[in-house]
Amino acid sequence: MATLWRFTLFLCMLLMACGGLSLASKEAKTRSSQTETGTHNTTEEGGHGAGPITTLPIVTWKWDHISVQYLVALWVLVCWLCKLLIEANHNVTNYIPESALLICSGFILGGMIWGADKVQTFSLNPTVFFYFLLPQIILDSGYHMPNKLFFTNLGAILIHAVIGTCWNAASLGLSLWGCHMGGAMGDLDIGLLQYLLFGSLMAAVDPVAVLAVFDQVHVNEVLFIIVFGESLLNDGVTVVLFNVFDAFVSLGGGRINAAEIIKGIVSFFVVAFGGSLVGIAFGILISLLTRCTKNIQIIEPGFIFVMGYLSYLTAEMLSLSAILSTTFCGVLCQKYVRANMDESSVQTVKYAMKVFANGSETIIFVFLGISAIDKVIWVWNTGFILLTVFFVFVYRFIGVFFLQWILNRYRLVPVELMDMVIMSYGGLRGAVAYGLAVLLDEKKIKEKNLMICTTLIVVYFTVILQGITMKPLVMWLKVKRAAVAEVSLLEKITNKMFNHTLVAIEDISGQIGDNYFRSKWRHFEEKWMTPFLMKPSARKKQDDVFDVFHQLNLKDAMEYVTEGERRGSLEFVRNDSAILDFKKKLESEYTEAMPDIPPYMIHDDGAIRDHIPSVSLEMHEQTMKAMREPEAVDVHHLLDQHLYKSRKQYRHGFSRSDFKINRDEKEVQEIFQRTMRNRLESFKSAKMGVSPPKTLVKYSKKEQQEKVKTKRGNKHTLPPFTDASGYDSSYPSFSMRATYRPGGGIENPAFMPDLYPTDLLQEIPPWLAEGEPDSSMVAPSLRAQANLPNSPMEMHRLGLLPASTRSTDTKQMNNDQLPPPPTPPPPPPPSGHM
Amino acid sequence: MFILFESLDRDNRGCLSPDDFEALGGLAMNPIGGRIMEAFFSSGQDTVDFSSFVRILAHFRPTDRNRNKEGAQQELPSSRTRKLKFAFQLYDMDRDGKISREELLQVLRAMLGLQVTEEQLQSIAERAIQEADLDKDDAISFDEFKKSLEKTDIDTKMSVSFLK
Repeated sequence: MATLWRFTLFLCMLLMACGGLSLASKEAKTRSSQTETGTHNTTEEGGHGAGPITTLPIVTWKWDHISVQYLVALWVLVCWLCKLLIEANHNVTNYIPESALLICSGFILGGMIWGADKVQTFSLNPTVFFYFLLPQIILDSGYHMPNKLFFTNLGAILIHAVIGTCWNAASLGLSLWGCHMGGAMGDLDIGLLQYLLFGSLMAAVDPVAVLAVFDQVHVNEVLFIIVFGESLLNDGVTVVLFNVFDAFVSLGGGRINAAEIIKGIVSFFVVAFGGSLVGIAFGILISLLTRCTKNIQIIEPGFIFVMGYLSYLTAEMLSLSAILSTTFCGVLCQKYVRANMDESSVQTVKYAMKVFANGSETIIFVFLGISAIDKVIWVWNTGFILLTVFFVFVYRFIGVFFLQWILNRYRLVPVELMDMVIMSYGGLRGAVAYGLAVLLDEKKIKEKNLMICTTLIVVYFTVILQGITMKPLVMWLKVKRAAVAEVSLLEKITNKMFNHTLVAIEDISGQIGDNYFRSKWRHFEEKWMTPFLMKPSARKKQDDVFDVFHQLNLKDAMEYVTEGERRGSLEFVRNDSAILDFKKKLESEYTEAMPDIPPYMIHDDGAIRDHIPSVSLEMHEQTMKAMREPEAVDVHHLLDQHLYKSRKQYRHGFSRSDFKINRDEKEVQEIFQRTMRNRLESFKSAKMGVSPPKTLVKYSKKEQQEKVKTKRGNKHTLPPFTDASGYDSSYPSFSMRATYRPGGGIENPAFMPDLYPTDLLQEIPPWLAEGEPDSSMVAPSLRAQANLPNSPMEMHRLGLLPASTRSTDTKQMNNDQLPPPPTPPPPPPPSGHM
Repeated sequence: MFILFESLDRDNRGCLSPDDFEALGGLAMNPIGGRIMEAFFSSGQDTVDFSSFVRILAHFRPTDRNRNKEGAQQELPSSRTRKLKFAFQLYDMDRDGKISREELLQVLRAMLGLQVTEEQLQSIAERAIQEADLDKDDAISFDEFKKSLEKTDIDTKMSVSFLK
């Protein structure tokens, strides 16, 4: 029923649109091609009410004042409505990619307009396309690019982008010319240069189409990044080739000599590197800008978009590669922007970018469909068109296979054959090719219409046909798909161990792997870029492991609230078993739920605080398993957070803080100290850590009980050996506390492991002690969390809470002169009043 | 490879001793350097001769996928199982065929920064064992280890390209 309503609504909209458009086309003047509709009918002038008035008009028809804007808005609405209709039924989109369906809707719409106007009033105008629709898609791609993956495979990507595209262009142009000479195409007025020009515009793999099709297929990430990266970076080549051959066509064949060709080659480097440099410059500007925008958080997100767009336009202005510029701008700034900006701003940027990118993509595909329904441009030449399609397809395969075969010799893990098939098959052409084709000058190129038709047909072939068959092909060839499952803890640990192992092996064999360069880059980045581009406070803050943790907490909190509301809110609190049921439900729903917060996440804060300890205790007495869940995510994030970084790993998305830098040295010290000590005791003995088990077992039960509180406490005051929040009993552990004081120049934590076996007994209490009074310390923050934040300020505050405690930690750790007070009086919760 | 061996063998005895390994500064900085060193010295020996050196390093050769078709996969040092076995040994210091909680704890302690409290370490270790331990014996056997790592691309992670 709902779909029926939607359908009728849509139909009415369309009819209105058509009616309005026909009206507009009859009455509108010619507009400049600033609009995406590009009407080119000049019939009557003006609108009603243009003549001298005789009486005061109450209401006038002001169509011509706003016709352009109205049409633009209306078209955007119509395109998005198409998308709405398409997505209404997921069964269809499973088989046919959305892009194909959008093109078909474009056909339908185009047909309707054609029926109404007898001429195609709307088509995909290249100006609109290149300046209003494409930039946001590229910016989105750059901003959300998985940097680590991208740069790991950068070699392969570049080779495919540059050499592959040149090969495609040259081979296509030459074979078509050869066929032409051979007479396969009949009587066409196209010379060799024009064929080459056509080849160059046909050669480029299109990022929009690739994204649209691969989005639904989920192939493994290496495959995806190579194809996608290639589609982005080949713009550098395409722009150059197109401009070069365009210029050659204008110059005419006779004037081309070696100098011109050399200039062409030089221009490639200039365009490509220039574009990248412009992008990098803008990326740096954005990062610097976000560093200072603390006071205008409300419009902070806007800067990314404006600067991204400016980078596109600047490159375009300097006739450099605009796509490369925007891509590198996004790639560079993503890390710093995410670190510098407030959490809500980051979210805003992310979602707004998605809206723009997706919206543009929709509009592009619909208009690609509409543009086809135009009698004027259709020139059919069987030979030309079929041969083009054939050659495009075949040469793509040849190019990819050949290049990848060479690349595989230098790759650690070669790309498989089936992956290569998909890579070739994924060489989709799209709107960029069409845009370039429309940009051709018809005075120089007589057969422009033929080329436009051919381009359209190739685009439809790749997007629709190849898009539809991509998924079955992937399944049939059993191509490795993207890993969806979350890695287990053991995997994480082992992965890390592998990293360390490999580093060690590299050390032993004295070879420099390509990790050498990566580590060099990391050092450079730490030393120069991060201090320059990142806010000092951001540097100190946690990385996004904590953010993920934070988000999970909030999400769970909301779940808890909705659950509570469903059952009658207070019932939850009063009824402990209800909480347990809820916890069990959570467990079953989320394997890694974070019920760490829910029992404490109570909106009715006042009375409930008393319940907190009892609830937790009961919970623990119930099941150990229920207990384990809170640790699950904690544990994962703990691991991520604290694992030593081997040289090999460079962190994507991490904010390198001063704290971390320090830790690096400390890490080294720690490790060194440890190894030395290990060797001293006995090289082969690994039994050092064995004595704990007994203590562990004995304390396990009691531990568990406190664990919940300490978990909470720990998470918020991590690790709490500085914040002497209420040691209200003198535990013997303070002897251990004392050892935290620095010893002779060597960082004190290095000695901690020594104490593990003996001090486990003593160690537990402080955490326990932590737990109890911590509830008072933590509760305020929990209360803050309990009032689900719905303003950026609150979230900001939340984010600050643990971070600040952590930074005090940092100061403590780094500030060796500050020995922890032995019996500190319980201070008021420091983080409570933030 | 022999040149490499010789360059490591500082006192030219024809075999490597622990001191030679430690001379490599990077190894000392490696949290699991000690364990890796130990892996070279198998079964109580104090020295590593060239053949065992090579044998250990062979674990890190990239897996040759085409060999899968032939039957002799188990014997290849660079096969996935052998790599996993090597990794397993890095955990299992007492060579009893199982990774107990304490052994895991030790590895964790070695690899994690000291900001992690002992208690957190224990919960990590416990959780890890929980996730992987299928027969509930509170330790991870080699098969359980293999199973939990089946999704990981061992070949990439444990191969060094120049050893081809």
